[in-house]
Amino acid sequence: MTAFRLPSGGRIDRGRTLRFRFDGRSYTGYPGDTLASALLANGVHLMGRSFKYHRPRGPVSAGAEEPNALVAVGAGARHTPNLRATQVELYDGLSATSQNRWPSLAFDAGAAGGLLAPLLGAGFYYKTFMAPGGAWHRLYEPAIRRAAGLGTVPGGPDPDTYTQRYAHCDVLVVGAGPAGLAAALAASANGARVFLVDEQAECGGGLLAEPEALIEGKAAAAWLAEALAALAARPGVTILPRTTAFGCFAQNFVGLAERLTDHLAAPLPGLARERLWKLRAGRVVLATGAIERPLVFAANDRPGIMLAGAARGYLARWAVKPGTRAVLAVADDSGYAAARDLARAGVAIAAIAELRPHVACETFGLPVRPATAVVGSIGRLRVAAADLRPIGGDSVGGGGVERVPCDLLLMAGGWTPSLHLFSQARGKPVFDAARAMYLPGEHRPGEAPDGLASAGACRGVFGLAACLEDGYAAGEARGGPATGRRFAVSGDLPPAGGFEGLVPGSPARKAFVDFQNDVQAADITQAVREGFRSIEHVKRYTTTGMATDQGKTSNINALAIAAGALGRPMPAVGLTTFRMPYTPVTFGSFAGHARGELFEPVRRTPMHAWAQARGAVFEDVGQWQRAHHFPAPGEAAADAVARECRAVRQRAGLFDASTLGKIEVVGPDAAAFLDRLYTNSWARLAPGRCRYGLMLNEAGFVMDDGVVGRLAADRFHVTTTSSGAAAVLHHMEDYLQTEFSDLRCWLTSVTEQWAVIAVQGPRARAIVAPLVEGVDLAAFAHMSVAECRVAGFPARLFRVSFTGELGFEINVPAGHGQAVWEAVWAQGKAHGLEPYGTEAMHVLRAEKGYIVVGQDTDGTVTPDDLGLSWAIGKAKPDFVGRRSLTRPDMLAEGRMQLVGLLTDAASAPLEEGAQITAAPPRTGMAAIGHVTSAYRSATLGRPIALALLADGRARIGQTVHIPMPGGSLAATVAGPVFHDPEGARLDG
Amino acid sequence: MADLTPADPGPRHILRGPAGGAALGGLIVPDQPCRAAEAGPRAALWLGPDEWLLLGFAAVETPFAVVDVGHRSLGFRLAGPRAAELLAGGVPLDLSPAAFPVGTCTRTIFEKAEIVLWRRAEAAWHIEVARSFAPYLCDMIAAIAAANGIGGQER
Amino acid sequence: MLLIRCPVCAMDRPELEFRHAGQAHVARPADPGAVDDAAWAAYLYLRDNPKGVVAERWRHVHGCGRFFNALRHTVSDRILATYPAGASRPEVAP
Repeated sequence: MTAFRLPSGGRIDRGRTLRFRFDGRSYTGYPGDTLASALLANGVHLMGRSFKYHRPRGPVSAGAEEPNALVAVGAGARHTPNLRATQVELYDGLSATSQNRWPSLAFDAGAAGGLLAPLLGAGFYYKTFMAPGGAWHRLYEPAIRRAAGLGTVPGGPDPDTYTQRYAHCDVLVVGAGPAGLAAALAASANGARVFLVDEQAECGGGLLAEPEALIEGKAAAAWLAEALAALAARPGVTILPRTTAFGCFAQNFVGLAERLTDHLAAPLPGLARERLWKLRAGRVVLATGAIERPLVFAANDRPGIMLAGAARGYLARWAVKPGTRAVLAVADDSGYAAARDLARAGVAIAAIAELRPHVACETFGLPVRPATAVVGSIGRLRVAAADLRPIGGDSVGGGGVERVPCDLLLMAGGWTPSLHLFSQARGKPVFDAARAMYLPGEHRPGEAPDGLASAGACRGVFGLAACLEDGYAAGEARGGPATGRRFAVSGDLPPAGGFEGLVPGSPARKAFVDFQNDVQAADITQAVREGFRSIEHVKRYTTTGMATDQGKTSNINALAIAAGALGRPMPAVGLTTFRMPYTPVTFGSFAGHARGELFEPVRRTPMHAWAQARGAVFEDVGQWQRAHHFPAPGEAAADAVARECRAVRQRAGLFDASTLGKIEVVGPDAAAFLDRLYTNSWARLAPGRCRYGLMLNEAGFVMDDGVVGRLAADRFHVTTTSSGAAAVLHHMEDYLQTEFSDLRCWLTSVTEQWAVIAVQGPRARAIVAPLVEGVDLAAFAHMSVAECRVAGFPARLFRVSFTGELGFEINVPAGHGQAVWEAVWAQGKAHGLEPYGTEAMHVLRAEKGYIVVGQDTDGTVTPDDLGLSWAIGKAKPDFVGRRSLTRPDMLAEGRMQLVGLLTDAASAPLEEGAQITAAPPRTGMAAIGHVTSAYRSATLGRPIALALLADGRARIGQTVHIPMPGGSLAATVAGPVFHDPEGARLDG
Repeated sequence: MADLTPADPGPRHILRGPAGGAALGGLIVPDQPCRAAEAGPRAALWLGPDEWLLLGFAAVETPFAVVDVGHRSLGFRLAGPRAAELLAGGVPLDLSPAAFPVGTCTRTIFEKAEIVLWRRAEAAWHIEVARSFAPYLCDMIAAIAAANGIGGQER
Repeated sequence: MLLIRCPVCAMDRPELEFRHAGQAHVARPADPGAVDDAAWAAYLYLRDNPKGVVAERWRHVHGCGRFFNALRHTVSDRILATYPAGASRPEVAP
């Protein structure tokens, strides 16, 4: 039995003892403990050092709102920083460390930083540490970042697995306290699908810490057990403990983070550590409760100072006495429930400093001092005494300070309804002036989503009976009659009262408002003094309510202090926006399975395995993996590419073009449709023939290109660029469904239906011919297409060239791609056939001046800019983009035109993207164009480049300059076709 | 508890045009959104108001536009009491029997892959996925199954 | 993630299945050649940007594939109505 554990009671399993370590020391606890409750049971209150000033801190709460007791759990890659000790469930062997201290928690060298405190006030980074120039980045910022801050990041890739799941339900209830349980009971009564989620390990919320209350004649704990059993028995109900509703998005889409294994000493290997639920609910009932407010007085942050409700929780749930002699600072009736429970557990109540002049509720014969404030505390690593001072009326009274020894100082400052999710869902909080609290406003149309209701303490309804009844009414189906279900409750002490702002008579210095961000009351008044008026600005200047804490314990006190300093009412100062997540969510949960190989789909062509076996080096092209080059053993990439290019020019090359986009256009109006979508004319293209098609967007700029083959009068096989496949189909469907819906034709993507095997080079016909059945290749002219058989498989054979050489593209059903490829390969060996990759393909096409859309074009390029005016069907009255081609700026001089650039034969290739200048570059000179493609051409024995150059065609023969990392290079402007400009090689 | 197995690689065609309600190979092309019609080995899956995926038709005799897509996608059968739970790992639709009854089919997504999902029985699903996305889909399903303790029948 | 009612599928479907496609009811002139430069530039580039209800095009690209129109409130982000392409804009209470 540890020193502060009560001999009986609590919701812990005393049958088993758990061993754990904190900062290297061994302790024991029980199943059901949190790290915080177990440490408190061992008399340990000091659990962390504060963010800025390194002040010793202990837990102030028992739940998710904990700002102080942030610890790290685990080691190496499983090291998880910034966990709230109040939420870390104990397991055997748990090892936790405190944070932001060196060398140890009890002796922290950084606490000397407290001596610098006057320099670290609100907005210090805007004002101090400024001179000398540059010192901030070099000196001050790194030093301050080392000294301040939270935990350290883990040391390697996360070894755990995370999973995600979509879910749908009729009603989601967030929070399994009395209101949430009642809502779930009501909502599920008729078989509806109900999710009940709670961030704690155990459902019950406030019911877990109500030792005296009776609900319908049963102890609260017994009623809770029955309610949970009733819910679990309903098939439509899903109960998720350890699950935080961290974000509430449009139309009741809610993010839930479920922690599956963190509480287990030895999780089953392979199972997910966390599950992210992406839940869509018909209705959401927020039963998120309220968070108790600390009182703001000087030195209100020592270990041993905590919220009254938290102390009650430690007693009731974990049978832990958080101290032996307590002083309570009370402004709310609920403080007396804590005092009563502590006294009954044997804690001496030294004094109850009641801020209010009168107390209306029962005080259980305890030593109450009305109209008295706690204005300070003393102690080093634990509170040792509280300073009490009587107050008279509204002003600070004349009474002296009395120092009352204690090791526990409790604050009952009132309760703040938890509006985080309501606010995230775009609900508008409204201020209840009488009770000084923000409450969820009416759900007016346009202000909050339909089907979002709040119930219980999160909308200012306090007391067990009221919460149960409010929750039940919120859970009942819409449209049905309200049952007005009542709950008989006795023995609870509902909150009433509360205080916000700086306690009268207390100094503002070291009176902490936001414990996590180390913001004092003095910082807020200083911000106001310096001219900040909006609470949003005060928040950013002082950092109050920011970061992971999101103002859970601090925002109302900060608001009241700012309002007081401004002399304005609280609602006039505004309320800061609550951001998701409610509490931090791991990156792993958001990533889910999208890591490593599963981060993105990796698409491979039907012939991938062949290329892989052949040692190809692959490149990512969008989601596709394509063979970049096929190096021989020991061969450098550039040498391989040069060899592949020579093979194509001299003999033949084999290329996997399967990623080309393919669309089958079918219907009596197919040609008419293509007439409107492409610049070219299609009506007179005979079946069996192909044509290069150029597609513009409506603004007249080139968006795609590709070869289109006519298979029959009413059937076209359209090819697109690999990267443009989806966009082109979308563009075509758009016009077909909307502007040209009179046309009878239909589109089907066949990109993945066909494997495409390109055979290019002077020997291509000799290689392909023996494999082809049903086409006379001797009479098969350039730009022809035929349905036939290749290597015994049905095929669509194209005679096309993207290299300038005699070429064929064999389309076969994807499942036969590898077999046909191997047949061509076998056939080609005698002809010196070599496989080539995308890099050689690029070099070969650039030698011919063939553009790649998206590389040589950038969305501002017209057909004429590219020298492709010949592809425009002049007789066509209209096609998409045509009207734009005659806009004045499309015809103006100075447009960027595609040209070739020739540098010295021995120079390195230009850099793609490099700027071009008219004279040797110097500062202030404007660029007149840029390089779009640049390669070393093995065929020509020199580097070549394509460029977009202002008035480029008029500059042919002139010299331009290209700034490069090693100095500028001169280049001669040339036409874009470097090789075989007559096209003599197309026939082999 | 949920098994993923390749479906028969039978013929597949896309039928496009105003074919809803037409008789075709012993079945009626479904006119109702997101419904599949089955007759013996043949099925017609509504994908859009003028688009159907035909499964198991050796040849299609129709005046409408037909395109052979026999190699475009691969089919998988996912069956077992936890199949819907497994699918919810990647499919954003409500797959409860009330919202997605037997006979429902639709194009949708599974994480980053587009799929056609068809519920053939309470606990038996047919998934069509583009050929190059099939490894991603299968690996993702396996990863979700492992992380959630959803084993195959053997395990 | 929005939930969008596809008027073709007649189902509420997740936003992930859809693709936004710009302002609705911007009709392509029947004879672009007859439109002067200023009007054509306006057709290409000028779009409304109101605070309030907008009519916009969406496509159920990972579903039935159809383009349709939606009325969306730019402040609440709520979709107030969806209707087939070609249909006239319905009256809704904002």
